[in-house]
Amino acid sequence: MSDNSPWKAGQPIVSIKNVRKSYGSIEVLKGISLDIMKGDVVCIIGPSGSGKSTLIRCINALADIQDGSITVEGQEVHDPKLDKLALRRKVGMVFQQYNLFPHKTALQNVMMAPVKVLGQPKQEVEARARSLLKKVRLEGKENAYPGELSGGQQQRVAIARSLAMQPDVMLFDEVTAALDPETVKEVLVTIKELAADGMTCILVTHEMGFAREVADHIYFTDLGVIVEHGPPSTFFDNAQDPRTKAFLGQIL
Amino acid sequence: MIETIQSFFRELAQTHPKWNFIFFYEPSQWARVVSGLAVTIELSVACVALSLIIGIVGAWAQGARSPFLRWLTQGYIQLFRNTPPMIQLLFFYFALGQFTPAIIGADGWTEEPVISNIGWAIVSLSFFAGAFNVEIFRAGIEAIPQTTKEACEALGMNRLQTYAYVVLPLALRVSLPALNNNLVNLVKTTTQAIAIAVPELLYQMVSIWNDYASAQNAAMTVLFATYILLVGALAFAMNRWERALYIPGFGGGR
Ligand SMILES: Nc1ncnc2c1ncn2[C@@H]1O[C@H](COP(=O)(O)OP(=O)(O)O)[C@@H](O)[C@H]1O
Ligand SMILES: [Mg+2]
Repeated sequence: MSDNSPWKAGQPIVSIKNVRKSYGSIEVLKGISLDIMKGDVVCIIGPSGSGKSTLIRCINALADIQDGSITVEGQEVHDPKLDKLALRRKVGMVFQQYNLFPHKTALQNVMMAPVKVLGQPKQEVEARARSLLKKVRLEGKENAYPGELSGGQQQRVAIARSLAMQPDVMLFDEVTAALDPETVKEVLVTIKELAADGMTCILVTHEMGFAREVADHIYFTDLGVIVEHGPPSTFFDNAQDPRTKAFLGQIL
Repeated sequence: MIETIQSFFRELAQTHPKWNFIFFYEPSQWARVVSGLAVTIELSVACVALSLIIGIVGAWAQGARSPFLRWLTQGYIQLFRNTPPMIQLLFFYFALGQFTPAIIGADGWTEEPVISNIGWAIVSLSFFAGAFNVEIFRAGIEAIPQTTKEACEALGMNRLQTYAYVVLPLALRVSLPALNNNLVNLVKTTTQAIAIAVPELLYQMVSIWNDYASAQNAAMTVLFATYILLVGALAFAMNRWERALYIPGFGGGR
């Protein structure tokens, strides 16, 4: 996106090399490497506590790393001189608990960051916010407060809020884990459409059917390392590592 | 109209000597009540405003990076929360009052301290209530989940923006019920300014019944009634504010 970045199309949009991360004396990520190309949809799966959230939080510098490197569009994320705002414009994030602003309506939630952080003109942002809410099928809910929306609706507002910053990469951390089974689908449909539009997506998910359908590549993590990875067909039908097999056996 | 009221109370004082509402028929005494009420309101409004400012600044200082600032705030809270407000008033007026300069009055020879006893009462009572406000606001800020702040960060907000647009508006809503209680308490505590001779309502009423012993019951009745109205007005305003800030699905609201 930005002109002065060394990044060129054809290179990975997100590149993670040998990342190590500890909380205190406990090493949570033990040398993780993966590359994501523009427009790719990558799913990260693995047992709880294996470091999936930590990894995804490192990508937009919500957590720091002790070793290795993460670049987004060629820019080192953990460079102390990094312009955090520039990074966060490029990388959107959606959380398991939606984390909407409860005192703002759906429309205001979507508009807040572009207006207050980027200083974009209100009218322009409002038009964009309305069309984003329409895109996530929330037309008519613009003036509803988060407390008046279902979990699935709140999560779609959160997706629209993230998209309003016009990111190049979207991170999703178990965004359907807190939802009722009936509403999971509406959120997955939204993400699927986003992927079909060419958005680069990195998803942590337990929805294996969904991962198989939308992912270009699946990574299986356990205890802070990537155990196995591959395109969905080989990954799901032809897993090699016993840990992967055990996990898939449990969950499928 | 006024004359009917005056003659009613004048007669009441004659038929029931223990119920001498002297201020309701004696204009000079009425003036004392009115001026006392004015001082009470002035004291209340000034202390509410100042204690709110102290609360906000203190809550910020408690979360500051400097350990000295945090330590100072904690010391302040302990001191003012754990000592009687009456002693604080006396300390401010008599101990600190000695060290503030005096200025020559308009007549050219009387000396007046720069900070009057009303001034000291405002300072002292504001610090008293402010100590509680700091804790109330801090509890409100701490009630905002870390994940909400993280969402702000992920949207590119800096710390200031996060606080201004998200944390403080939410924290205020969490804090309001406790704040409501503390401010009601503060208005009631303004009566203790009598200890440093601030001519507020209680002071004036006591002076009246010292001058006219027969007015004691009447003065106390009027005191009760006036405070019920004053505190009621404050509680009413706070409730309206709470309702105006109400958001569906947030907090324990209706
Ligand atoms: N802020 C933190 N402080 C200390 N330990 C943490 C923190 N966040 C995560 N951890 C630990 O790191 C490990 C990986 O956590 P996480 O990345 O959340 O796993 P996952 O998302 O795969 O379930 C866990 O053992 C967790 O307890
Ligand atoms: Mg997780």
